[in-house]
Amino acid sequence: MLAKNEPVSRHVLSVLVDNEPGVLGRVVGLFSGRGYNIESLTVSETEHDKHVSRITIVTSGTPAIIDQIEAQLGRLVPVHTVVDLTNSGPSVERELALIKVAGAGDARAEALRLADAFRARVMDATTESFVFELTGKPDKLDQFISLMLPLGLVEVSRTGVAAISRGPKGM
Amino acid sequence: MGSKAGAQMTGAEMVIRALLDQGVDTIFGYPGGAVLPIYDALFQQNELQHILVRHEQGATHSAEGYARSTGKVGVVLVTSGPGATNAVTGMVDALMDSIPLVVITGQVPTHLIGSDAFQECDTVGITRAATKHNYLVKSVEELPRILHEAFYVARSGRPGPVLVDIPKDIQFAAGAYTGPEDVEHRTYKPRVEGDEAKIREAIELMANAKRPVFYTGGGVINSGTKASEALRELVRLTGFPITSTLMGLGAYPHSDKQWLGMLGMHGTWEANHTMHDCDVMICLGARFDDRVTGRVDAFSPGSKKIHVDIDPSSINKIVRADVPIIGDVGNVILEMTRIWKAEKKKADKDALAKWWQQIDRWRARKSLNYSNSKTVIKPQYAVQRLYELTKGPNTYITTEVGQHQMWAAQYYGFEEPNRWMTSGGLGTMGYGLPAALGVQVAHPDALVCCIAGEASVLMNMQEMSTAAQHRLPVKIFIMNNEYMGMVRQWQQLLHGSRYSQSYSEALPDFVKLAEAYGCYGIRCEDPADLDAKIKEMIEVDAPVLFDCRVEKMENCFPMIPSGKAHNEMILGDAAAAEDIGSVITEEGKMLV
Ligand SMILES: Cc1cc2nc3c(=O)[nH]c(=O)nc-3n(C[C@H](O)[C@H](O)[C@H](O)COP(=O)(O)OP(=O)(O)OC[C@H]3O[C@@H](n4cnc5c(N)ncnc54)[C@H](O)[C@@H]3O)c2cc1C
Ligand SMILES: Cc1ncc(C[n+]2csc(CCOP(=O)(O)OP(=O)(O)O)c2C)c(N)n1
Ligand SMILES: [Mg+2]
Repeated sequence: MLAKNEPVSRHVLSVLVDNEPGVLGRVVGLFSGRGYNIESLTVSETEHDKHVSRITIVTSGTPAIIDQIEAQLGRLVPVHTVVDLTNSGPSVERELALIKVAGAGDARAEALRLADAFRARVMDATTESFVFELTGKPDKLDQFISLMLPLGLVEVSRTGVAAISRGPKGM
Repeated sequence: MGSKAGAQMTGAEMVIRALLDQGVDTIFGYPGGAVLPIYDALFQQNELQHILVRHEQGATHSAEGYARSTGKVGVVLVTSGPGATNAVTGMVDALMDSIPLVVITGQVPTHLIGSDAFQECDTVGITRAATKHNYLVKSVEELPRILHEAFYVARSGRPGPVLVDIPKDIQFAAGAYTGPEDVEHRTYKPRVEGDEAKIREAIELMANAKRPVFYTGGGVINSGTKASEALRELVRLTGFPITSTLMGLGAYPHSDKQWLGMLGMHGTWEANHTMHDCDVMICLGARFDDRVTGRVDAFSPGSKKIHVDIDPSSINKIVRADVPIIGDVGNVILEMTRIWKAEKKKADKDALAKWWQQIDRWRARKSLNYSNSKTVIKPQYAVQRLYELTKGPNTYITTEVGQHQMWAAQYYGFEEPNRWMTSGGLGTMGYGLPAALGVQVAHPDALVCCIAGEASVLMNMQEMSTAAQHRLPVKIFIMNNEYMGMVRQWQQLLHGSRYSQSYSEALPDFVKLAEAYGCYGIRCEDPADLDAKIKEMIEVDAPVLFDCRVEKMENCFPMIPSGKAHNEMILGDAAAAEDIGSVITEEGKMLV
């Protein structure tokens, strides 16, 4: 039987799909219907001429569950390829966040100083607020956001993870 | 029936044309506002036969029966809204049992989609998890391609239901038709050839096995009659014992001496013990369903498992495969046979002889024995008599769901594939009667018999009217125990014999009901009359409802109680003596 007590780990999956109506619904429905986690999901058309979109999913599970997720995604008729980036060599991961911080005085100055240290960019500023743009690995974003919390964090918008393998080969 | 590629026609005409080009001769359907143009196109031709059902669920099960008994794709045509929702159960049933269907639904015109128009529902949304794939057609230009693709997807790889939702304006619109020839699917290309290195690995395991067993399933039926022929050769070549799931019955002949009977929850003592104690398991097109494995962590603990399946997601889903082989099981069996012969492989004769001795000891338990009666008809006896009096290559059996279904699986012997139609994965009461109609449509001269329960059969009883209209002389053999017997059995075993809502109260008089439908009714209460009445049923050239009054409190054994292992199964004689409720743990009671 399948070992139930194997460790749960985080995986980044890249899924190339035909960009047809409802394809995202199929992918999301598969995850909810079979009780898999979605920690983040991003999707956009990547090859317009070929009608191909790329979906990046961050999920977690035991090795057996991750294999099932891959196989189940592979069963969806509009899916071209599924790659578990976490299991197939080195890859890079990036996420973008827009972070709104409001405040005055020391807190405001501190927010700007930290933004500088994290190489966040100021996208909007008023006398009582900033909107920062920050790109990086999700944990870097988490860290920055937690630092902003006591400094007047208002809201955050994150894109979810985009990821790609390192080296010359494609999917 | 040459395809008229490039010809101008309406969307509705394209539907008919595409069905004919796909080799369809019969569709099952029910009209309504959103499919009127297609019904109009249907009216103006006479190549395609339409079977008018009485409820859309009936159409889907009839199409399943048609598909399973022929190996072809079953086709359904229904209207939008309630027509589509009524068809959902049949689609899920087909999805679970890997039955190829194409379901065409009408939809409100494109410009009204999303406006809560009359009889609008989000059909593709509702059926996303009920189909292998579905389409909402956006323009008449893409309609022919989608229709042909739907057939390709339905029958390729692991078969399943595909839905095509066609808005009414597109049925009216004119466009250029394209034939099936130039449809190549962009993404869906299932792998059908098994990996040779893996097959060789499997052959090594098989040649060195001391206690091997073949465990076969519905995938062998899906693969076509050639796969069953190939299976027979391989099994005889190796001399190994063979068992099958409910869905695979008939792929290997029941009368053969290597046949152990069905395995699983209501499988035979010998099949389940052989599975539990084997050292090499060769799983061919079966999916380790929970009705088969029992407690998974105690499932065949000492064996190496070879698993052949066309669907990669079936492999390592429940049970870890030591040698996974992805491909069409018919191809893989042929390849196994070829390599076995080419390499001059021999089974380990001595080990195998000992293994068979052990199996014979299990067989000697005669786990399907039951105590017969001279005064009441025992359900097992009823199936045995039905089998003796109806058996033959031109007989097809469908079932409803419940105890009678299991007795049918245990006591009716199948010699050929595609003769046994049952709802396994979803367990849909109401499947059997309409499925029988679909089988009869496909095989007008065959004897088609539905082994039914009095509760299940009422769920799609209205289809007797379809039988009468289309002169389909199906024999509905109702094993009437006045209970939802399978539910009552579980209540007896697990809930202190509190028979909550499982008595079939206020039953109709099935003989009069048959007559009301213009069909033929028979009742039998005495075991002494049974043979004569079954013969009468066979003789009558009309649809028959046979009300066979059977023992009310009979339980279905052998049984692996939920949460137990294969070697913890209980037999009928033992069960009478002990309180079965006490053998099932609290954890087991949670399972279904
Ligand atoms: C009341 C009740 C009691 C039941 N009790 C039992 C029982 O005691 N024993 C029992 O066995 N079942 C029982 N069932 C049925 C059970 O629920 C399952 O439906 C059944 O066991 C599944 O059969 P299968 O494994 O053959 O798979 P199927 O559902 O037939 O699936 C076929 C498998 O083969 C694969 N496949 C399809 N086509 C191909 C191909 N061309 N090549 C290779 N692989 C292919 C598919 O991907 C799939 O994995 C019961 C059902 C009910 C309603
Ligand atoms: C549509 C549906 N509803 C409920 C069930 C649960 N169920 C399984 S078997 C059964 C009883 C079937 O009774 P009957 O048709 O008389 O068959 P018997 O078990 O008595 O042979 C029920 C209610 C089901 N399988 N399908
Ligand atoms: Mg009953």
